[in-house]
Amino acid sequence: MKLEVSSWPGSYDGEARPRVGFFTDTSLCIGCKACEVACKEWNRIPESPKGFSGHSYDNTLDLGADTWRHVAFVEQRKEVGLHANGGELVQTAALDQLIEQAGLGTYQDGEGLRWLMASDVCKHCTNAACLEVCPTGALFRTEFGTVVVQEDVCNGCGYCVPACPFGVLDKREEDGRVWKCTLCYDRLKDDKEPACAQACPTNSIQFGELDELRGRAGARLQALTDAGADRAQLYLDGSGDGIGGAGAFFLLLDDPEVYGLPPDPVDATRDLTSSWGSAAAAAAGLAAALAAAVFGGRR
Amino acid sequence: MSAPSAAGPAAGANGRPFDEHATRSYYGRPVIKEPVWTPEIPWYFFTGGLAGASAGLAQLAELRGCRELAKRAWASAAVAALASPALLISDLGRPARFINMLRMVKLTSPMSVGSWVLAASGASTSLAAAEALLPAPGPLARLRPLGRVAKPVSALLGLPLSTYTGALIAQTAVPAWHEARRELPVLFAAGAAASAGAAAIVLTPPAEARSARRLALLGAASELAAVRLIEQRLGEAAEPYHRGRAGQYSRAARALTAAGAVAVVARAGRSWPAAAAGGALILAGAVCERFSVFRAGFESARDPQQTIAPQRRRIAAGGGHGASRGATRTAPPGA
Repeated sequence: MKLEVSSWPGSYDGEARPRVGFFTDTSLCIGCKACEVACKEWNRIPESPKGFSGHSYDNTLDLGADTWRHVAFVEQRKEVGLHANGGELVQTAALDQLIEQAGLGTYQDGEGLRWLMASDVCKHCTNAACLEVCPTGALFRTEFGTVVVQEDVCNGCGYCVPACPFGVLDKREEDGRVWKCTLCYDRLKDDKEPACAQACPTNSIQFGELDELRGRAGARLQALTDAGADRAQLYLDGSGDGIGGAGAFFLLLDDPEVYGLPPDPVDATRDLTSSWGSAAAAAAGLAAALAAAVFGGRR
Repeated sequence: MSAPSAAGPAAGANGRPFDEHATRSYYGRPVIKEPVWTPEIPWYFFTGGLAGASAGLAQLAELRGCRELAKRAWASAAVAALASPALLISDLGRPARFINMLRMVKLTSPMSVGSWVLAASGASTSLAAAEALLPAPGPLARLRPLGRVAKPVSALLGLPLSTYTGALIAQTAVPAWHEARRELPVLFAAGAAASAGAAAIVLTPPAEARSARRLALLGAASELAAVRLIEQRLGEAAEPYHRGRAGQYSRAARALTAAGAVAVVARAGRSWPAAAAGGALILAGAVCERFSVFRAGFESARDPQQTIAPQRRRIAAGGGHGASRGATRTAPPGA
C-alpha cells in the first residue's frame, strides 16, 4: 500500500512553477568533469580530496556532502555494433553512418575498448525518501518540484543518509549537517540554468522542463538503438518506477549498476504501513507480555 | 563469453538475455551510503526500550499491589527515560538544534513521531517516578495529582517507545533493515521486555520480584526467537547479521541472554547475587543484540551486492518497478 505524501505542487497554489530537471545523456559525456568543477565553484563546496583511486579517471568516487556531481568512468572490452555485426558490406556501411551520426564512434578505440562516462547527480525523486523521513522539515520540495535541504534547519540527525536509495546524501563531518545537490535553487529563482548544465561542453547535461526533456530523451534513445547500442536505456524517465519518477534521469549505454546506480530503486516509504503496522503489533504484544508477567502467576 | 547461470539468463533493458548481472557493480563500490549514526544510537535503542517497558511493568505492578517492585521499576524507567534524549542529542551533527525535532509532526518519519513520543514519555515518566519515589509530604506535594495522572500515560507511551525504533531503521534503503521491517519492532519489543524485567530483578529483593523474573524470561525467549525469525525470513538479506562485528555482537548477545535466563531460572528466586548476575547478563545480552542490528545495517549498506542482486532478481522475475526502459531497432541498417 502506498501512502501518498507528495505535497507538490498543491502546497504552492499559484506559485508552483513547471517541474524542471536534468536529462543526462551519457552517450555525449566526454568525462571532462567541468560539471563537477562548476558545481563546486558555484555552490562553494569544500574540496574533497580522495587520493588516487586507480578506477580509470575517477578520483571523485561517489556523490556525497561535498560532491553533488560525480563523473563515473567505465572501461569495457566490448565490440560495438560495427564489428560485432559482421554482415554484408552495404549493411556495415549503413551502420557506420548511423554510428557516425549518433556520435557513438568516439567510444570505441582500436583495441576494442569501450569507454562509458556518466555524470551522476541527485535524482530529485517524486517520492523522495530523504524528504519523507526528515524529522525537522529541513528537506523540502521547492516550487520547481526539486528537493532541497535548508541548511538553517538541518540538525544533522542523519536519517536521510541511509534512507536515500541512491546514496546521494551524506553528512559533512566538520559541519555536522547533510548536504546535497539543490539543482541550483538560487539560479533557478533567477531564471538561470544550473551551473553543471551551463558548463557542460557537449550538452550531455541538459536542463529544462521535465516533460520536454522526456520527449527529447525518447528520440535520442531510438537513434542510439538504431545505431547498434543494444543496451542503451533510459533510466528513471517514467513516472511509474519505485520512486514515482525522477527530476533527474539518464540515458545509459549499459545497465545502471555498471555506473553504480541501483537497477530498481524503491522509496522505502512505500512500505511505511507495514513498518508502522509491525511496530503497533509489537507494542500490543509487549502490553500482553507485561500483563502476562505481572498477572499470570504468584505475586 | 561466460556460461549461462543456473537460474537462467535474466532479461536486459531490451529483453535480450545476458547473465553477468549478479557480479556487476561500479568497482565494487557501495550503491547506498552507510549510516552516519554513532554508538549512542544502539545505546538509545536499549535505554528507550528499558524506559518504555519499565514504565509498563511499574504501572501494572502497582495495580497488582507489588509496591517494592513498582518503585524500582519506576526508578529504572525514569533513569533510562532521562538518559535517552541525552544520547540522541549527542548523536546529532548540530546538538544545539535538537529542538528542531519538535518543529513538525510527520507520520512518514518514524524519527519525528518517535521524538514526540520520547518527549512526552520523558515528561510523564519523570512525574510518575517522582510521585512513586519521593517522600509523601515533600516539597513537591502539589505535583502529586499530576504524578498520578502521569503514571498510566507513561505506561502507555512506553509501548510505542519500545518498538518505533524498529520501524525507524526499517524505513531506510538498507536491505538488512528494510527487509526486516516486520521483525525488527518485534525484536526490539522483546529486548525491551527482557531489559525491564532484568533491571527490576537486579534492583528488587528476590521475594518481591516474581513478576520481573517472568517478564525477563518471556522477553529473553522472545528475543532469541525473533533473531531466528529474521534469519529464516530474510535469507540473503540476513547475511550481514552474521558477518564481521555484527556477527560477533549477535553471538555474544545469544550467549549472554541464554546464560542470564538459565541463572534466573536456576537460582534467582532464592539468592539475590544469583539474581543480580542473571539480570546483568540479560541486560548485557539486550545491549549486544541492539549493537548487532546496528552494525548489520552498516555491513549491508557497504556491500553493493546486497543492494543490486535482489533488485536484479526482482526485475528478472517480472516484479521490478520499471526504472529502465530500452528501445527496439526500427530500421535495420541496409535493409
